[in-house]
Amino acid sequence: MIELLTQHGEAILFYAFALAAVVSAVGVISLRNPMYCALSLLVTFLAVAALFLMRHAELLGMVQLFVYGGGIMVLFLFVIMLVNLHRLREVRLFNEQVPIALVLGVLLVALFGWVFLSLPASAPGDSTALVSLDGEVVGNAKAVAWVLYTEYLLPFEIASIFLLVAMIGAVVLGRRD
Amino acid sequence: MLEITTNHYLVLGFILFAIGLVGLVVRRNLIVVLMSIELMLNSVNLNLIAFSHQLADLAGQVFAVFTITVAAGEAAVGLGILLALYRLRGTTEIDVPSELRG
Repeated sequence: MIELLTQHGEAILFYAFALAAVVSAVGVISLRNPMYCALSLLVTFLAVAALFLMRHAELLGMVQLFVYGGGIMVLFLFVIMLVNLHRLREVRLFNEQVPIALVLGVLLVALFGWVFLSLPASAPGDSTALVSLDGEVVGNAKAVAWVLYTEYLLPFEIASIFLLVAMIGAVVLGRRD
Repeated sequence: MLEITTNHYLVLGFILFAIGLVGLVVRRNLIVVLMSIELMLNSVNLNLIAFSHQLADLAGQVFAVFTITVAAGEAAVGLGILLALYRLRGTTEIDVPSELRG
């Protein structure tokens, strides 16, 4: 039993978290109460964060926890609280675009299947490059930070300006006049 | 089957993206529509991370950081628009305001 777990640990964890992510994602789009949708979305975020960790993206996994699981989730919960959601029982859940959505979904499945079948079988990558800097193992956070602050400094600064603009826009939109 | 490859992550990312797209199109509540968009952005991050691991290149992870930044800004502005709409119309259903329908 223990032998089986250690031998196929990665596969077991992957399928468990992938199942959790897919089931809770279906919950997000099918549950009636937006509050339950938000909690379902939180489960998806946590499962995806765990999958990030399994691909040696430790920093990204933590950022996913803080930004999605913390920040964005609190934003959603606050808005659900601010918006009056009574009469939920009578309200229609879906609009009239369900046939279009189904056609879109089928087209997307066909496109993806075509691309997927023409992919070469993927070889497992070398994960030491994701945690090392100049050949020395320093951890994922330091390696990502180094690349971010040297090679991608200009996009990083632009991202900060983007966040400033988004913040001002959100404040202006949310203002009561 | 038991070795987890990049293709496993691609399939999972695709499934999450398709669920998000269907939710984006069929749901009437704007809050849930915004959640579907977050779901789609998240599945793209999953692909970026998987390719970053396969190619042993940190650029994918750096790009995922920027995607998360954009997702955060999008959520803030989208929810601001939602609050403005709710204040104006008293509803969060996106097929109620239909002035632009000819």
